[in-house]
Amino acid sequence: MRSKSDPECNGRKFVKIFTILEKYERNPSRLVPILQAVQEEYRYLPREVLTYVATALNISPARVFGVATFYSHFATEPRGKHVIRLCNGTACHVKDSIPILEVIRKRLKLEGKKITTDDMMFTVETVACLGACGLAPVVVVNEDVHGEMTPANGLELVEAIIAQELS
Amino acid sequence: MSAIAAPPTLSIDGIAVPINGERNLLELIRKTDIDLPTFCYHSDLSVYGACRLCIVDIAGRGIQGACSTAPEPGLVVRTQTEEIREIRKISVELLLANHERECTTCSKSASCQLQDVARRLGINKVRFKAVHEPAEVDRSSPSVTRDPNKCVLCGDCVRFCSEIQGIGAIDFAHRGHDVAVLPAFGNGLGEGECINCGQCAAVCPTGALTPRQEIDEVWKALVDPTKTVVAQIAPAVRIALGELFGMQPGESTRGQMVAALKRLGFKYVYDTAFAADLTVIEESNEFLARKSKAGKLPLFTSCCPAWVKFAEQYFPELLPNLSTCKSPQQMLGALVKELLPQELGVAKKNLVMVSIMPCTAKKFEAKRPEFAHEGVAEVDHVLTTQELARMIEEAGLRFMKLQPESFDMPMGFKTGAGVIFGNSGGVSEAVLRYASEKVTGRKLTNPDIHAVRGEDGLRIVEVPVGDITLKLGIVHGLKNARTLAEKARHGNCDLDIIEVMACPGGCIGGAGQPVSRNPDIRKLRTRGLYDVDKNMELHKSQENHFVTECYQRHLGEIGGRNAHRLLHTHYQNRRRIAGESIELGDGDSAEKLCVNVCTGTTCFLKGSQHILHELLDQVEQEQLHEKVSIHASFCFEQCSHGPTVSVDGKNVPSCTPEAAKNAILQAISEKVP
Repeated sequence: MRSKSDPECNGRKFVKIFTILEKYERNPSRLVPILQAVQEEYRYLPREVLTYVATALNISPARVFGVATFYSHFATEPRGKHVIRLCNGTACHVKDSIPILEVIRKRLKLEGKKITTDDMMFTVETVACLGACGLAPVVVVNEDVHGEMTPANGLELVEAIIAQELS
Repeated sequence: MSAIAAPPTLSIDGIAVPINGERNLLELIRKTDIDLPTFCYHSDLSVYGACRLCIVDIAGRGIQGACSTAPEPGLVVRTQTEEIREIRKISVELLLANHERECTTCSKSASCQLQDVARRLGINKVRFKAVHEPAEVDRSSPSVTRDPNKCVLCGDCVRFCSEIQGIGAIDFAHRGHDVAVLPAFGNGLGEGECINCGQCAAVCPTGALTPRQEIDEVWKALVDPTKTVVAQIAPAVRIALGELFGMQPGESTRGQMVAALKRLGFKYVYDTAFAADLTVIEESNEFLARKSKAGKLPLFTSCCPAWVKFAEQYFPELLPNLSTCKSPQQMLGALVKELLPQELGVAKKNLVMVSIMPCTAKKFEAKRPEFAHEGVAEVDHVLTTQELARMIEEAGLRFMKLQPESFDMPMGFKTGAGVIFGNSGGVSEAVLRYASEKVTGRKLTNPDIHAVRGEDGLRIVEVPVGDITLKLGIVHGLKNARTLAEKARHGNCDLDIIEVMACPGGCIGGAGQPVSRNPDIRKLRTRGLYDVDKNMELHKSQENHFVTECYQRHLGEIGGRNAHRLLHTHYQNRRRIAGESIELGDGDSAEKLCVNVCTGTTCFLKGSQHILHELLDQVEQEQLHEKVSIHASFCFEQCSHGPTVSVDGKNVPSCTPEAAKNAILQAISEKVP
């Protein structure tokens, strides 16, 4: 298996890992901030890069994988261009976050464990709490927070991005 | 005269118990002959406190895990209360709810701790429904089968792999209800760093990790009239097999074992210890040659296939220090496949060599491509001690009543030196028994060399041999091996020989041996093997006249050409993780010069990232984007000559940034005339 010409995997970014590792002095106890910084670069944590990080920190790849899969913030699969995160913490859940998720997933033809569209345009995931319970239910599109959402305006957000991408 | 102060005490179930340096309450409670149930406590491993079965009621503190509580004077501890009973039962019930309870078809059945605890606690109903979706069974490893549906997440395997073997091939992944013990990236166990020692399966309380079974293949060969099936038995098997038939650990069952194999249909039964005698002679001479000609020292032993894979993965630069001798299993296999076809008039392909080993890594070793010649493997199947017992049971043989029989000659004849190979320190002792006579020219009157015996995982001993003193390192557990190998890598190791065995206590503690909860098991088996040696007539490999005859008739000179062909091997560099490479250029590279920089462990340590950095700068500065695409790759398996860069398919070993740049410029000029 080979990650083919993934534009996210260009040389500059790989070299950036050296800088990240140096910044954290190759200290295994700084693994989490290192992974955060790596994900910042790649948008997810490619296996090759995790293996490289494990080697550099002198810990086993299985342990790095364990940490990377423990936190839902880390993604071990490539994510779409636009990441839609829907809060399903207690407050959002009781304010009907699930129907919003359902219409968005249906619109993007996402089912079961599939969270990223085939064209790599969208990733839709739920998070446990965004700390914005006063605005429940909350949807975050990339970096923008949208509060007091309904299924209808959730769908609108998605349509707006699709329209913008098509134009 | 002052009276010796009595040790402080605490109360366990109303009995005052003295505290004598026990590390935790559980140890102390066990000394009072109460076997508290537990899954996750192993005296060799760190305390994890996960299974919550060893809970006790401590006055004033409430319910606590005994394994993670330090003994303190005056504590009032109760091990049985209604509340504790209730909690333990619920804990086990919850474990059972998500556990695939197909006990009748599980190879761990009867030695399963979960089954045992459920029976002891009288769990007669599981009130909770399973929520786990069935996961696929991992059969990618030749040595260990991993069935995640039976895992109780006690973490014993994870801790053994990282704390004792220093590897960490498996670890906890995911979170909450999805937690699973997985190899890196959820790959198969056979695809990564696992060195096949199988100790994860030995400590696994359930059937989640079990030695891979080859029983069916062996039965098939045994009933096939066209096949001639030959067995070899490793030393450590004979003093453990009896445990599965009600005998004490350490008691030798040699005669019954041979008889059983004959009854199962094996034509000849040979002793791996014969080949161990051969190993002693070849390896001792290899060592003495290195010692006298200033060759690569320390010499690492190479009998343990788990250690060999470990060295290939992590210490490629030390591979020239490994003895080139094959392991006894492979030596015997090679000899059988070389000699028997002619002697018996059977075709090579119809001769089946089955070895019975205490070990799961031997299964991997037998399948190494180095040990197959023209499609014929030296050893066809490897059974563990456990599997042999299963076959004996399946055949319905009354093991204890079998008339003892003896091994077949000539390859069933051995000396005590070959037998003690199964103990940590045994190879060293056997080599010393040979080397000392060879060096001094005098007869060694007392063959026992107690200095090299012992239980510690890392022992450094000095043994005088004639005028010189040999310094030996003896280790078991690969974390200890790593300590010595690191020193050797950096050139500050003055040892002559380093004996490495992956399993605790050596082969007697192999993962193919019967599962036992007897804390003295290793001691008893070790003593058992030394007793076998003691009771034998001959103790030195050089006294094995069948070995001498084997050299005269077939092998020729010790260490000579034919001996090398049959008894020696070579090693390969090995990547840790099934490989993938990342393209660092910008896409479409069909027309471009392809440059690969290895960033695997060894090359990384040797500064490959610096080369990668420089090359990317070069591409940018000289505007070579159109012509060159640069990739980072994760291991070319050329580690001993690292750092490695490949330019257009050609490797540049021991690469420097300058060498890589030159190679690229040259390749470009060749490509565009």
